[in-house]
Amino acid sequence: MADLSIEFAGIKAPNPFWLASAPPTDKAYNVIRAFEAGWGGVVWKTLGEDPAAVNVSSRYSAHFGANREVMGINNIELITDRSLEINLREITQVKKDWPDRAMIVSLMVPCVEESWKAILPLVEATGCDGIELNFGCPHGMPERGMGAAVGQVPEYVEMVTRWCKTYCSLPVIVKLTPNITDVRLSARAAHRGGADAVSLINTVNSITSVDLERMVAYPTVGSQSTHGGYCGSAVKPIALNMVAEIARDPETRGLPICGIGGIGSWRDAAEFISLGCGAVQVCTAAMLHGFRIVEEMQDGLSRWMDSQGYERIEDFAGRAVGNTTDWKYLDINYKSIARIDQDACIGCGRCHIACEDTSHQAIASLAQADGTHKYEVIDDECVGCNLCQITCPVQDCIEMVAVDTGKPYLNWTQDPRNPYREEKAS
Amino acid sequence: MIDTLNHLPRPDADAAELADRFGDLAPPLNARQAALESARCLYCYDAPCINACPSEIDIPSFIRNINQENVQGAAQKILSANILGGSCARVCPTEILCQQACVRNNAQECAPVLIGLLQRYAVDNAQFSEHPFKRAPASGKRIAVVGAGPAGLSCAHRLALHGHEVVIFEAREKAGGLNEYGIAKYKLVDDFAQRELEFLLQVGGIEIRHGHRLGVDLSLSDLHQQFDSVFLAVGLAASRQLGLADEDGPGMLAATDYIRELRQAEDLSQLPLADRCIVLGAGNTAIDMAVQMSKLGAREVNLVYRRGFEAMGATGHEQDIAKANQVRLLTWAQPQQVLLNDQGQVCGMRFARTCLKHGRLQTTGETFELPADAIFKAIGQAFDGAALSDPLARELQRQGERIWVDAQMRTSIPGIYAGGDCTALDQDLTVQAVQHGKLAAEAIHSHLTLSVEVA
Repeated sequence: MADLSIEFAGIKAPNPFWLASAPPTDKAYNVIRAFEAGWGGVVWKTLGEDPAAVNVSSRYSAHFGANREVMGINNIELITDRSLEINLREITQVKKDWPDRAMIVSLMVPCVEESWKAILPLVEATGCDGIELNFGCPHGMPERGMGAAVGQVPEYVEMVTRWCKTYCSLPVIVKLTPNITDVRLSARAAHRGGADAVSLINTVNSITSVDLERMVAYPTVGSQSTHGGYCGSAVKPIALNMVAEIARDPETRGLPICGIGGIGSWRDAAEFISLGCGAVQVCTAAMLHGFRIVEEMQDGLSRWMDSQGYERIEDFAGRAVGNTTDWKYLDINYKSIARIDQDACIGCGRCHIACEDTSHQAIASLAQADGTHKYEVIDDECVGCNLCQITCPVQDCIEMVAVDTGKPYLNWTQDPRNPYREEKAS
Repeated sequence: MIDTLNHLPRPDADAAELADRFGDLAPPLNARQAALESARCLYCYDAPCINACPSEIDIPSFIRNINQENVQGAAQKILSANILGGSCARVCPTEILCQQACVRNNAQECAPVLIGLLQRYAVDNAQFSEHPFKRAPASGKRIAVVGAGPAGLSCAHRLALHGHEVVIFEAREKAGGLNEYGIAKYKLVDDFAQRELEFLLQVGGIEIRHGHRLGVDLSLSDLHQQFDSVFLAVGLAASRQLGLADEDGPGMLAATDYIRELRQAEDLSQLPLADRCIVLGAGNTAIDMAVQMSKLGAREVNLVYRRGFEAMGATGHEQDIAKANQVRLLTWAQPQQVLLNDQGQVCGMRFARTCLKHGRLQTTGETFELPADAIFKAIGQAFDGAALSDPLARELQRQGERIWVDAQMRTSIPGIYAGGDCTALDQDLTVQAVQHGKLAAEAIHSHLTLSVEVA
């Protein structure tokens, strides 16, 4: 079996599956249960200065799919609502009892040097393996000048990171907010400040739905609502892109990345790792199903690695980064068209109506004698957009097939049709 | 009540127990089940299920409405195509109609969306504060509809919507036709047929005159003269005969007669029970009869058919219902003689074994006997010729014994239309009858409107 153990920014763990800083890592009871279940590490729920934060009720709401599957969860919970002393004591004990697991402590204190200088030695004394700076929390805390209020200003990110590196010898992971125009600016700032790694994404600002009877958005607190942080599988595509942006940015190349955002299966984790992550953090999936999910994640990842001949995580980490590029470098001469497997087709007509109404009128609906319809791709009209394949309810029924155009690789910077081309086509 | 069976005993079970046994065969979906099931619909374009629905209900649209918690919208979508959508949801053989065509009924899944149950969910749970369809301004036209079964009611409702006045002539005490008198009780429970009728009549402009039977106190000539158009929906009132001696004796009965009594009975424990019985036939009525007798407590129920399973009119789903109710299905046997005891009552039947030879059904020469306290005939319904006995009615072109109509439900006599089982068009299904009524109403309306414009 493949070896899942990792060393991430100097932090060792038996596997790359860590629990993110969130309710599941709020106290010793939960963390011990997580370690018993097999999690490779945890990021302890964010500590702050006393007095501890106070939370409201309710705290979560969700965006559901048609079958009530949870696409994403929104939360308005603040950082830990327990005292610093209790948290530090529990962290110390749990790390002592579980020395092989990664114990990261998430921190958020006011954006003044004294506050960081005061808390860092206390945290380091717990014996934890690293700290994570919570610069991403999008709800509540920014109103007090913390969380995303820091993360959204690259200068602050750099400054606080530098304080942490100054007053603490532990690896520093900077957690980035996605509620920003270009995540690379924050990552570069963290890098300049001396961060050992970045982790992303924190939650996305959101309102999940509105109670149309009471005319109040979700989650509700009495008759009111506020925006919260969105997480779960719905945010995975946003997270993957942000991870890739940082991984392929020359200014941050080589900076360890811990992937967070909608990871619920081994495949999700493998995708994040392929785009440059050295470890991943999970929260929503565990909150929906409990800590036991790590068992299938470990088993699935290690079997998949075996099937691919990867012995260690680093064997495939970042392998998809090189194939992720700017639009302008894509091969403009590459062409694919849809192929419908008529034996697999169940005749729902979704490909036809999607293409007919909203794309390129490239799928013909041919009425058959028995009243059914046959759907055929009109090759000359098909631009290979994938829409038919996406709306098709049958796995592998529509295949996108590469067409040999006989033309060489050509990107937009070289294309004669581009009035601003950089070089002539060879 | 059922004279030829009065000598038989009554069920052992009490009324409450029997009522329980005759409960809903396919219980309704609850809200959660409906949400889950509706989410399975792929919302096909040119959906095969719509093509398979004789009444052309926009199935993907109503299911999407259910999934979006718009039950009223779903029900209105159904009822706009099929005003008897509630009973059709219960009695349609969906396994050979919409659900057979469902794309999720493919070889990989074999699990069609449960369209019938979703339709029932929508219609049952929609709460309309008033009738959801509005009538057009009064046209001043009057149309006679003969027969208050599914075809007649559907036609009447659509005509009323177009602003016409409708008079329905119905021979029986209650309207509803087979929904009231002919469907197995466990498929259409309680007084649903009457509630559906009430809802339908809310549209206004429809008068039902009971106790009028065509050919007895009603003539087509008179109707033709008194009304602007006539729609015949008289169904198939007669049961086919075996052509054997003693076939009307004590212990012999048409299955439809028994089912009618059973549906109207307030206390099922008062019905005559044939402890050992034979049902002759292979259609859904035969299955209904056999299953109902079994539910009443019969010890031995044999359903006998002269051909093989594959030729049975009853669907596989129906055959499964029979088997689940301990009905024995015997094939390749043809009735030869009614056996009577000393009192002249049925005590069994002799059958000749049959086989196919060169594509023709033949007896093998071998015979066998089955003991029985009663024999129910479910070998098909026939056209009641007496209904068309007046001079004008005799002129109607026939196809076989039934009335010939074109695709717009026009008979050979201008101004007279027909639909449902009394015509030779399409299958004998409730949903088909509803469609016929609807099409006839549209044809009548077009014709009358056109006449006005020309005049």
